[in-house]
Amino acid sequence: MKLSLTTTIAALLASTLMAASEEVRVYNWSDYIDEALLTKFQDETGIKLIYDVFDSNEVLETKMLAGSSGYDVVVPSGAFLSRQIQAGAFQKLDKSKLSNIGNTWDDIEARTDVYDPGNLYSINYMWGTTGIGYNVGKVKEALGDNAPADSLALVFDPANMAKLKDCGVYFLDAPTEMIPAALKYIGEDPDSKDIDVIKKAEAVLTSVAPYVQKYHSSEYINALANGDICVAFGWSGDVLQARDRAAEAENGVEVEYAIPSEGALMWFDQMAIPADAPNPDGAHKFINFILDAQNMAAASNYVYYANGNKASEPYLEEDVIGDPAIYPPAETVSNLYVTTAYGPKAQRVVTRMWTKVKTGQ
Amino acid sequence: MRRAFIISIPYLWLIALFLIPFGIVFKLALSDMAISIPPYTPTLDISGGWAGFKDFLSQLDMENFIWLKEDNLYWKAYLSSVQIAFVSTLLTLLIGFPMAYGMAQAPKEWQATLMMLIILPFWTSFLIRIYAWMGILSNEGFLNQFLLWTGIIGAPLQIINTNLAVYIGIIYTYLPFMVLPIYATLEKLDPSYLEAAEDLGCSRTQAFWAVTAPLSKPGVVAGCFLVFIPVVGEFVIPSLLGGSRTLMIGKVLWDEFFSNRDWPVASAVAVILLLILVIPIILFQKQQERAQEAET
Repeated sequence: MKLSLTTTIAALLASTLMAASEEVRVYNWSDYIDEALLTKFQDETGIKLIYDVFDSNEVLETKMLAGSSGYDVVVPSGAFLSRQIQAGAFQKLDKSKLSNIGNTWDDIEARTDVYDPGNLYSINYMWGTTGIGYNVGKVKEALGDNAPADSLALVFDPANMAKLKDCGVYFLDAPTEMIPAALKYIGEDPDSKDIDVIKKAEAVLTSVAPYVQKYHSSEYINALANGDICVAFGWSGDVLQARDRAAEAENGVEVEYAIPSEGALMWFDQMAIPADAPNPDGAHKFINFILDAQNMAAASNYVYYANGNKASEPYLEEDVIGDPAIYPPAETVSNLYVTTAYGPKAQRVVTRMWTKVKTGQ
Repeated sequence: MRRAFIISIPYLWLIALFLIPFGIVFKLALSDMAISIPPYTPTLDISGGWAGFKDFLSQLDMENFIWLKEDNLYWKAYLSSVQIAFVSTLLTLLIGFPMAYGMAQAPKEWQATLMMLIILPFWTSFLIRIYAWMGILSNEGFLNQFLLWTGIIGAPLQIINTNLAVYIGIIYTYLPFMVLPIYATLEKLDPSYLEAAEDLGCSRTQAFWAVTAPLSKPGVVAGCFLVFIPVVGEFVIPSLLGGSRTLMIGKVLWDEFFSNRDWPVASAVAVILLLILVIPIILFQKQQERAQEAET
């Protein structure tokens, strides 16, 4: 008994000591990495990796603004990143510690420059579009062969939505994604910060709200894959993951992703290091590991999102780099738009409107 | 001295774990939001001394409470939360009381096992149990597949993402909190009271209403509080099982905190929620005390 107690204590002490050795805490989006990379990082560097996930920028931002999140690397999207930089949440990257920095893609960096001038604080992890994921068979059944699956009219025209209601429609629970899309649908500037313009989105969103089964930002992957729902307005790679899960399950569900012809939001998820990161050195090592062309390619091949790593292209599988839903051709890209952060006042209008759309209150 | 020490323990507990946190939340409710870490202003800087403290106080105001008053969303959310909590408490009581009664009536040697069965679900994480309900209630879930298989229904029932699913989740989760206190009072009930009632000519039903029901009141009250209070602020169950039209204050609080990053307004919502819960409880206790005094 005594002996076992001593061994237990010894084991506990050993594990605490191990914990005291170097560790890196990463906070990234859910379903956003090939988990084999996590083990690979630990094997290569000997650093213990703690990997947590979130499914909304809002959750991440609250942790950042509260301070002392304990994370070393976080992955906010563009507009959120720029506000968090303004709040002083991040430290400048020490690019001398990033030997793979040359792998980045200048086209993407030119675009992320809007959020992080000079790309001083962040490096692109992945980027994608927000569009329409749909169950091919069910949408055809509900709307006939000429279903406008590649148009915002599919989700914002009440006549279409009324027919889709019974097979189930999910929207992202993210006003910063849905409001610009609704504004685009009615021909307004999707990035408008003018409160009167923003309010025009309300009528569009309210008119289809009775037909939306749920607003949620991650459940739709499984719901689409299982055939529980027939349409989801969501993120490109998530829909493509649903497509693959359905194919693997051989359940007769066929999922497709369409970039709306009216234009779609192009977003960027950026790796950054919190100002109070406990292990900034380890954080740089992790970012450098991800910047490695083969590692980045492995992640993209796994999650079906395009990345900001030019050097990774030769390692990308054909069904990733060759898929126009993931790497859209130049003419589609020219039709994509970006959004910037709302100020506090517009933000309040946006959130209030979103609650009103969702709950009818 | 020792007596004072012993008496002071619960007060210290109350001050450390209730009053101080409440003070912090209340102070936050009087602040303004800002894009900074933390996302509000002013923050108390102790080095500023007394002048700094006065300056700090002068920046606080009731603006956020006025904001709450102007938008009826908040009142509707409070009302709807209280309503959901009230209905759930009632339903939990209707299901829980017979369960507790059955347990107390069961042979002594079974009681430990029955008790175990009530407590057993706690051994699984609450979150996993709610996720299990998502699997049971979804359109392609067990329940619908079973009903379709038996031929009772022709098309899947839409249960998940509705208020019905929220009620199912809440009642399932909170049932033990109702059963256990009621069982505790019923189990202590002296059976000779019931024998006396029957000797005096009561039927079994009359004896139940004249003896068992009033004597089980403390357990019922405790059970109702244990269910009602947490359900009002419930967030996880409605967000996982409920639809977008399920309006509860927990969700509104979440939006204020996360979407608007407006900690001050979120704190004001929390302060009002606390008042809504605490004031009726204080009134109830006062009334109980008066009733007890009247009896003695």
